[in-house]
Amino acid sequence: MAAMENKEIKVREKQEVAPPAEQTRPGIYFTPSVDIFETEKEITLLADMPGVTAEDLVIDLRDNTLTLEGDIASAGDSKEEPIYEEYNTGRFFRQFSLSEMIDQSKIDAQLNDGVLRLSLPKVEKATPRKITVRAS
Amino acid sequence: MIYRSMFGLPTWRVQSPFDEFDRIRRQMDRLSEAFSGGRPGQATAGVFPLVNLTEDQENYYVRAELPGLKADELDIQVTANSLSLSGERKIAEEGNGVKYHRREREGGRFSRMLTLPGDIDAEKVEADLVNGVLAIKIAKAEAAKPKQISVRQ
Repeated sequence: MAAMENKEIKVREKQEVAPPAEQTRPGIYFTPSVDIFETEKEITLLADMPGVTAEDLVIDLRDNTLTLEGDIASAGDSKEEPIYEEYNTGRFFRQFSLSEMIDQSKIDAQLNDGVLRLSLPKVEKATPRKITVRAS
Repeated sequence: MIYRSMFGLPTWRVQSPFDEFDRIRRQMDRLSEAFSGGRPGQATAGVFPLVNLTEDQENYYVRAELPGLKADELDIQVTANSLSLSGERKIAEEGNGVKYHRREREGGRFSRMLTLPGDIDAEKVEADLVNGVLAIKIAKAEAAKPKQISVRQ
């Protein structure tokens, strides 16, 4: 834990990706950095999507494919002149294929400070039920 | 030139011939990108966080993407012409029972110093951290603002 505290963040440039389909609106796409982990009950996904608001985030799960797409509002107004530009902004897009069966009705998504936290509960397996035989 | 390598930002305060070459090269780059439909060049200082710096007549604007950071985890300090950004990005532990499939998000401390191209008014600095994007508006010092000179008849 002490080593963790002294660690410095390394710069990682945003990864641009090809758009998912031909675009009608110009713009570039980036792939968000994610953490994915699972417990016995659920799979959790955390994604860094700075600048994305809840209204502009689309989460879609169909045929075991999870799609995340986030749009951002452009920063600043047109009167601003760039002096120094180290990163670009654009929409975020990433897809995952899920091997587990997910209980669609219990999916929970939260977006706080530009980080998405998505809980994907696994379908509960039929719990074995003991059947007692009544004696007549 | 030492100045530049230390802070990673072009400093146009000291006007040496090399600075002038640099400026012209930068403008050429911007021009060629404008024609090719590309975006402004990305040369980074290699220090987290990556920032974008823009200006208008009144202010400088510094923006950085800091997803997951809370306002109280960020320390911003300004002097006459520099800005320091430091803090720590914490990635919460998720307990012992979890098994990771992917772990791309990074936590850790950061500290960055930016030199602004002109003097600023240290009293007029506003910072907002919204949806993981930091936006700092820094008023230029009166002396650094462009002035319209009227020619007398």
